[in-house]
Amino acid sequence: MRISPDEMVFFEYGFVKINFTIVTTWAIMLFMVIGSILVTRKLVIKTKISRWQSILEMVVTGIKEQIEEVGLHKSKTYIGFLGTLFLFLFTSNLLTILPVYEPPTSSLSTTAALAVSVFFAVPVFNIMEHGILDYLRSYVKPLPIMLPFHIISEFSRTLALAVRLFGNMMSGVIILGILITITPLVFPIVMTAFGLLTGSVQSYIFTILATVFIAAAANETETEVNT
Amino acid sequence: MLFDWFTFAAQLVNFLILAWLLKRFLFKPILEAIDQREKLIANQLHEAEESKANTGREFERFQQKNSEFDRQRGDLLTNAILEINAERQKLMEQTRVEVESLRLRLQESLRNEQLNVGSEIIRRTREEVFTVVRKTLDDLASANLEEQMTTVFIKQINELNSDQWGMLNSALCKPGGEIYVRSAFEMPVSQQIAIKNVINGNFKLLADIKFETSPQFISGIELITNGYKVSWNIEDYLISLEANITDLLNQRSDLMTEKVS
Repeated sequence: MRISPDEMVFFEYGFVKINFTIVTTWAIMLFMVIGSILVTRKLVIKTKISRWQSILEMVVTGIKEQIEEVGLHKSKTYIGFLGTLFLFLFTSNLLTILPVYEPPTSSLSTTAALAVSVFFAVPVFNIMEHGILDYLRSYVKPLPIMLPFHIISEFSRTLALAVRLFGNMMSGVIILGILITITPLVFPIVMTAFGLLTGSVQSYIFTILATVFIAAAANETETEVNT
Repeated sequence: MLFDWFTFAAQLVNFLILAWLLKRFLFKPILEAIDQREKLIANQLHEAEESKANTGREFERFQQKNSEFDRQRGDLLTNAILEINAERQKLMEQTRVEVESLRLRLQESLRNEQLNVGSEIIRRTREEVFTVVRKTLDDLASANLEEQMTTVFIKQINELNSDQWGMLNSALCKPGGEIYVRSAFEMPVSQQIAIKNVINGNFKLLADIKFETSPQFISGIELITNGYKVSWNIEDYLISLEANITDLLNQRSDLMTEKVS
């Protein structure tokens, strides 16, 4: 039984391997980018707008407000990263309704890549906001003895992010595969629907956690700078 | 194999590229559109607020003008009423003066007419009375009227009371005074002598009495000396008659005036 879509390799040349995960990711990227270009092509700035634009604005505004509610007031700076994270995860999980499709998020490589992105996004945004010195100083506050704990915290949360998403998505796919083997009728449909819900929730949780990590680091640094 | 480093690196790069592309083609245009529309709505709201404020100011100005107009209209109306009342009073006064003037003219006219009628009546009455008396005396006594008047005049002198007699005597006895006897007709000598005898006899005089004829007399005789006069004249009766007729006419005139008023 195949646990990860990484195992389905289409092309391999030495270290380079084009597997199912990468291919589906490219497909999703293509779908999202072309969709974005299409939907933003006819944007109007009048007071009366189309239903599609209204839905689109609702989604973007919703993401923006979520970011602001967590504590990142300059939401426009973060929406590119966090919004993409959510939309990618959501789209990946939503497409599980398609046959033979396996979400790239059921690959630990993908979730780890996303977690590492968040891992790096935290200091990058923090340094962009407050400068490198304030950021580095935040590791030794309130006492220098806290430095190893801060570092462990950074790594552990990144690992937690990666494994949580991978575990949820992979388990969903595997459970679905097992159920299809045992009861091929009706029950897999229910589980697919359940998987959609789980996937959506996981997308939300992953994005919110990333936002919280960035906001916590930013606010912590800000508080220390102020004191 | 649960983890693949190449896939990990590729997914990392893929995600970063996707993030950049979505920011470029999705989030940025939408956020800009939202911002521009918010700005547009804010401008429109601002314009609406300004318009509302302008409308409020216009409404206040309109109300102010309206109240001013009402006040001016009220003033004009009051002035017009006052002017109309004054004009009415003036016209009423003018009419009253004209009516009073007309009434006075009517009264004057009536009075003149009354006088004319009275004079005419007196004149005719005198003539008629005189004619009647003359004819009656002619018919009854076979004597003319002049003789009868002389007889009556002489009788009047003889029957003067003591006061009248005293006053006439004192007038006759004043020196330098002329004694005139005037009559409406040419008195016959016999009658002149009779009168002269009565006067001289009664008052013990030898005076020269002058007899004159006065055409103003209708009929009668009078004795005048030193401002004293004794007379018998049919005019006295006529004056009495005239007074009675005048009273009667005055009463009728008053009745007519009341009707006119």
